[in-house]
Amino acid sequence: MTVWLTIGLLVVGTFVIKGLGPAALGRRELPARVVPVIALLPAVLLSALVAYETFAGDGGFHVDAKVVGIGAAIAAVALRAPMIVVMVAAAAATALTRLVM
Amino acid sequence: MPATLRAGARLAVPLFAPTLALGLSFGVLAAPVMGVVAPIVMSAVVFAGGSQFAAVGVLAGGGGAFAASGAGLLMNARFLPMGFAFAPAFRGGRLWRATQGSAIVDAGLILARDERGDYDRNLLFGSTAVQFCGWVGGTALGVFAGKALPDPNAFGIDAIFPAFYIALLGSELRNPRARMAAVLAVLVALAGATVLPPGVPVIVAAAVALIGLIPEPERAKEAV
Repeated sequence: MTVWLTIGLLVVGTFVIKGLGPAALGRRELPARVVPVIALLPAVLLSALVAYETFAGDGGFHVDAKVVGIGAAIAAVALRAPMIVVMVAAAAATALTRLVM
Repeated sequence: MPATLRAGARLAVPLFAPTLALGLSFGVLAAPVMGVVAPIVMSAVVFAGGSQFAAVGVLAGGGGAFAASGAGLLMNARFLPMGFAFAPAFRGGRLWRATQGSAIVDAGLILARDERGDYDRNLLFGSTAVQFCGWVGGTALGVFAGKALPDPNAFGIDAIFPAFYIALLGSELRNPRARMAAVLAVLVALAGATVLPPGVPVIVAAAVALIGLIPEPERAKEAV
């Protein structure tokens, strides 16, 4: 029962969190002042998410082989490598690090 | 089928394998706690990885339904500002718009923008559909066959998700202001991780985007 109650609460809560903005704004456009804030949101939110999940995921700091893969991904992006190369470099560097660790 | 729906799905193809692997690891983790059916149903109806991992973690530790769903919803708090970002993209009445908002996922923040930089609901629906299949399919795979399969993380699959975001952020961060905001957000998220409950640091870091309210003097001069 606990499990299904948890799922039910999560469904309702997540629906409200994701739906509040669309429901509240309705057909109105975003105010002009807010547009630059929205434009910064992808950079801000995804950077924070990557850093947080890499180093602090479930409370407390931790470092594992994934950090090497992320370093490889950043290097590949800096060299303007295509998306697939960035992803393969990250996976390969992580796998190799786990192999030798 | 609208071309933008297909275009969105195509954009998300690189995410299919890592989403499948993440779903698999969720299925493996959840099955001993929740049984066989509940994890798959949960992935289909909750469809938010971070919150599901958090909730199952609480349940596994003997926590109740309110503690578990509370921990999960904190992980989902970041979707609140994202909902406002996507709001103008949706059509129809309020309830129907809110329902369309359920398709919002992290990757959509970058994948679902059209060439003018506006959010497009079909790009979102298409890209989210691919991740939905990967997430639910991966969960089922993890529940039923997880123990028999090799650990996907041995192949570094868990690094693909952040690498995908980093690749997407590459072009995003060519703008100096976005770069500064991103650095600040990372610092806030990591500093917050030392004192705040899981999930909360990311939503606090999202507030860094409010520096967009400060007018950009150089840009204003250029416009004249």
